[in-house]
Amino acid sequence: MKTLLEVDNLTVRFSLRAGEITAVDQVDFKLQEGERFGLVGESGAGKSVTGFALINLISKPGYIAGGSVRFQGNELTALTDEQIRRVRGNDICMIFQDPMMTLNPVLTIGTQMVETLQAHRSISTKEAKRAAVETLRKVQIPSPERRLRQYPHELSGGMRQRVVIAVALITSPSLIIADEPTTALDVTIQAEIMALLLSLCKDENMGLILITHDLAVVSQVTQRIAVMYAGRIVEVGATDDIVKHPRHPYTIGLLSALPQNKPRGQRLDQIRGVMPTLLDIPPGCPFNERCDRAQEICRRQRPGLEWKQHGGRVACHFVE
Amino acid sequence: MFAFSVRRVAQAVLVMFVISFIGFAIKYAVGDPVRDLVGISVSVEEREKVREQLGLNDPFVVQWARFLQKAMQGDLGMSYFFKRPATDVILKKAPATLELVICSSFIVILVSIPVGIFAAVRPNSWLSRFLMGASIVGVSIPVFLTAIVLIYIFAVELHWLPSYGRGETQMLWGVWDSGLATADGLQHLILPSIALSSIMLPLFIRLIRAEMKEVLETEYIKYARAKGIAPWRVLIVHAFKNTLLPVITVGGVQLGTMIAFTVLTETVFQWQGMGFVFLEAVERGDTSLLVAYLVFVGAVFVVVNTVVDIVYGLVNPMVRIASRS
Ligand SMILES: Nc1ncnc2c1ncn2[C@@H]1O[C@H](COP(=O)(O)OP(=O)(O)O)[C@@H](O)[C@H]1O
Ligand SMILES: [Mg+2]
Repeated sequence: MKTLLEVDNLTVRFSLRAGEITAVDQVDFKLQEGERFGLVGESGAGKSVTGFALINLISKPGYIAGGSVRFQGNELTALTDEQIRRVRGNDICMIFQDPMMTLNPVLTIGTQMVETLQAHRSISTKEAKRAAVETLRKVQIPSPERRLRQYPHELSGGMRQRVVIAVALITSPSLIIADEPTTALDVTIQAEIMALLLSLCKDENMGLILITHDLAVVSQVTQRIAVMYAGRIVEVGATDDIVKHPRHPYTIGLLSALPQNKPRGQRLDQIRGVMPTLLDIPPGCPFNERCDRAQEICRRQRPGLEWKQHGGRVACHFVE
Repeated sequence: MFAFSVRRVAQAVLVMFVISFIGFAIKYAVGDPVRDLVGISVSVEEREKVREQLGLNDPFVVQWARFLQKAMQGDLGMSYFFKRPATDVILKKAPATLELVICSSFIVILVSIPVGIFAAVRPNSWLSRFLMGASIVGVSIPVFLTAIVLIYIFAVELHWLPSYGRGETQMLWGVWDSGLATADGLQHLILPSIALSSIMLPLFIRLIRAEMKEVLETEYIKYARAKGIAPWRVLIVHAFKNTLLPVITVGGVQLGTMIAFTVLTETVFQWQGMGFVFLEAVERGDTSLLVAYLVFVGAVFVVVNTVVDIVYGLVNPMVRIASRS
């Protein structure tokens, strides 16, 4: 298998009036071609910022402070504006959380699909429309020809997200970054959209980075996951292994907060406290104030993300 | 869309009805059509006879109905000073004013859109700061001062442009007395148009900048960038198109203000348009002419606003759908 994406020590900072914050702190992970990878963590953990940093779409006051993103052998952080534009939406496509907010309200579905294809290929509008209809069919949207003339608000939430998926598919990318793709949707259609995304990734052998706070979703779709906390990855490994045998105290806490891991009627365990804001992350391990196992060393020394005996990587002093 | 347009036109007719009422009320209250007809040197008895003949002793409502009926046929009474139908006098002067307003609108559109977009995209550049500062100063300078300064610099000192009048005009299609058709006419248009546009420019620059800034922060703009859409297309097609709705709305309303300001501009530049004639009519107590001006300007305003609303409907898919169902 070939490596698709290699992220090394990726660091993103924001220069805010209140001070400099590190929203993504030395993140590294790898993705094979066609692999589905989950990025999990509480809201504010830095998942979305990581996703945008991969395609170098961090705008002021943020900036990529260091690290590298190698995609199919090319260093993306070193590309010119025009070169990275050709990667975005072409080789790497993004799906955002709320399709009502992501689709432009004054442009038809057709325009928004055609322009995407034309941004990356020299192709006539007629041909691009044909490709758009075909792609809409792939995401199981009924009467696709008619949809091209419709505006986003004429579609239901589920249909809109299918359109967004179609926009991503139309250029046949090798990687899709889906940032909470079902969070804004009705519960009843969340599973439908997730299943569609999964089957499309399998069919077209596309890599997927699924960003979510929902461990249940990620465990059904991905092969490997990284757990993020306060801008850092605290645990990476095979999804099955992490879900069954979480090692990092934070991962353990997240999993025991899931209803399916508890017999009915028993109280769910919430991790005590809240994630610190990025302006006051404690020294040492960022999780130490909420951790039951925290010792003196945890307040002094930050644990590195290291290979452990079980074959995964964990950032904790107490995992062997 | 069709139903929406019909509804909008019906509203416009209603507004015209109200305007005609106001016009008639003015005429009824201050006008003296007998004087308009026979002059001042006629005896009281004779005047009373003429009043009776003209139906001026009829009840208000009857007279209003008569006024409406005539107005519908374009008859708004005789101008006491010009001894001609007031409608004719106004219509003859209309092209001058309309050309002035149209040219000023073009200046506003051509300048405020690029400047507003630039100031939104580069809010921290020194040029943006300068333009924003200048626009604050711009709002607070009255038109007649702008006009006088323009005349002083470009006409008196530099001798580049004429300082007053319409210059050489040419009759188009037999009805439209145009200054746009001759080089001399165009030269005469420049200073008055700039002076008139100066009241609207700061407002529109600031409006477009504010709207653009807001739109540029939205998810769909970030999404467009994530799709690899070219920067110019993100700016114009994705962002600017979304600012168009509020800009068109404000534009429609401000056009009325602009017509009002033509009275000042035309006076300073001795521009032989409706505004100029209107001021004269006020001085001479020429009520019919005054009312004709009011009704005509009201009509222009109503037509423009109706067109703006329909264009708004074309730009805004939401309105289009709402009217479809
Ligand atoms: N535009 C921004 N300006 C300032 N800080 C930001 C911005 N975007 C993100 N951040 C910071 O980065 C942190 C991580 O954000 P994000 O990646 O969106 O979290 P999530 O894991 O919920 O997707 C936030 O808590 C915030 O402090
Ligand atoms: Mg997020």
